[in-house]
Amino acid sequence: MAETAAPKTSPETDLSLRTSPAELLRAAFEAGSVPGIVELREINFLTMVGLRVSRDTDAGERIASVTGGLPATCGAVSGTGDASVLWLGPEEFLVVAPVEAHESLGGDLIQALREALGDGAGQVVDLSANRTTFELTGPRSRAVLEKGCSLDLHPRGFKAGTALSTEIGNIPVVLWKTGDESYRIHPRASFAEFLGRWILDAMREYASPEVP
Amino acid sequence: MLLISCPNCGSRDETEFHYGGQAHVAYPENPNELNDREWAEFLFYRDNTKGAFAERWLHSTGCRQWFNMLRDTVTYEIQAVYPMGAPRPAAAPPAAESGTASTAPDSTTTGTARPSIAATSTSTASRSTTAPEGATK
Ligand SMILES: [Zn+2]
Repeated sequence: MAETAAPKTSPETDLSLRTSPAELLRAAFEAGSVPGIVELREINFLTMVGLRVSRDTDAGERIASVTGGLPATCGAVSGTGDASVLWLGPEEFLVVAPVEAHESLGGDLIQALREALGDGAGQVVDLSANRTTFELTGPRSRAVLEKGCSLDLHPRGFKAGTALSTEIGNIPVVLWKTGDESYRIHPRASFAEFLGRWILDAMREYASPEVP
Repeated sequence: MLLISCPNCGSRDETEFHYGGQAHVAYPENPNELNDREWAEFLFYRDNTKGAFAERWLHSTGCRQWFNMLRDTVTYEIQAVYPMGAPRPAAAPPAAESGTASTAPDSTTTGTARPSIAATSTSTASRSTTAPEGATK
């Protein structure tokens, strides 16, 4: 994207040099995970694209045809295949796609979205470095989240395949329920370390045997 | 903690929102003709209402959309939630028994069910009572 060529030792040219926002907690995440109960890990460098477009416009329809639909209501997630589109606002969406979808790795997703928007009103912005991704899994993952999230996370209300912008431990995040016992949490990069430590602390009691 | 009913997302904690001050403060039609005092009053002078008060709120952690809300500054009762640009609905009469904060009229605590704006605002707008003397300017 940048016009100036990055030096060969830069993360821009050598992707193995990239550091994810919660990299320094990687060992702590492994140590703090309780296998089969609640586990935490960071998923590095997912491709994320911010979309601002009205669903009712031609540009919105063109973008929807690239992403496999744009979600209509709060909580909804749409998309086909690898890329998912999360509802952030009436005219604001977040595309989450695998690492390889990024143009630095030869992916064409962002370019396709840009072309779909064309000169229509809206935005397509590469936000891959804006947020990182935590994956919290296991039967106790809901109990961990409930310590710091005031939404009703009971499965009768919060179903797998929905995503909500909210707060966990007072940190603004997108909370995406990807399965019955698995969640993706997208904090902004600068909050990743704090939130990672917060979740680790919330998980700690499940490493001890239950008090009868 | 107030539970505020976002028109897009449903009931959320007050901490997800930012307060935007008094609603319905119109931009002056001819700003160049205002003297310093009038300009200062437009910029800085706001009502300090005791009772039903129309104010702007932003769901900053959620959908990042603005909306208007009619809130009682004494009881914290949220009497109506209505879109930006819509006129102020009539204030509800003071509640018979008060003293506790009440939540907006909706039953969900997640964003999956969104309350209709019409439902929340007409519940009070349909009443033709006006604000008590001194409650509004
Ligand atoms: Zn909202």
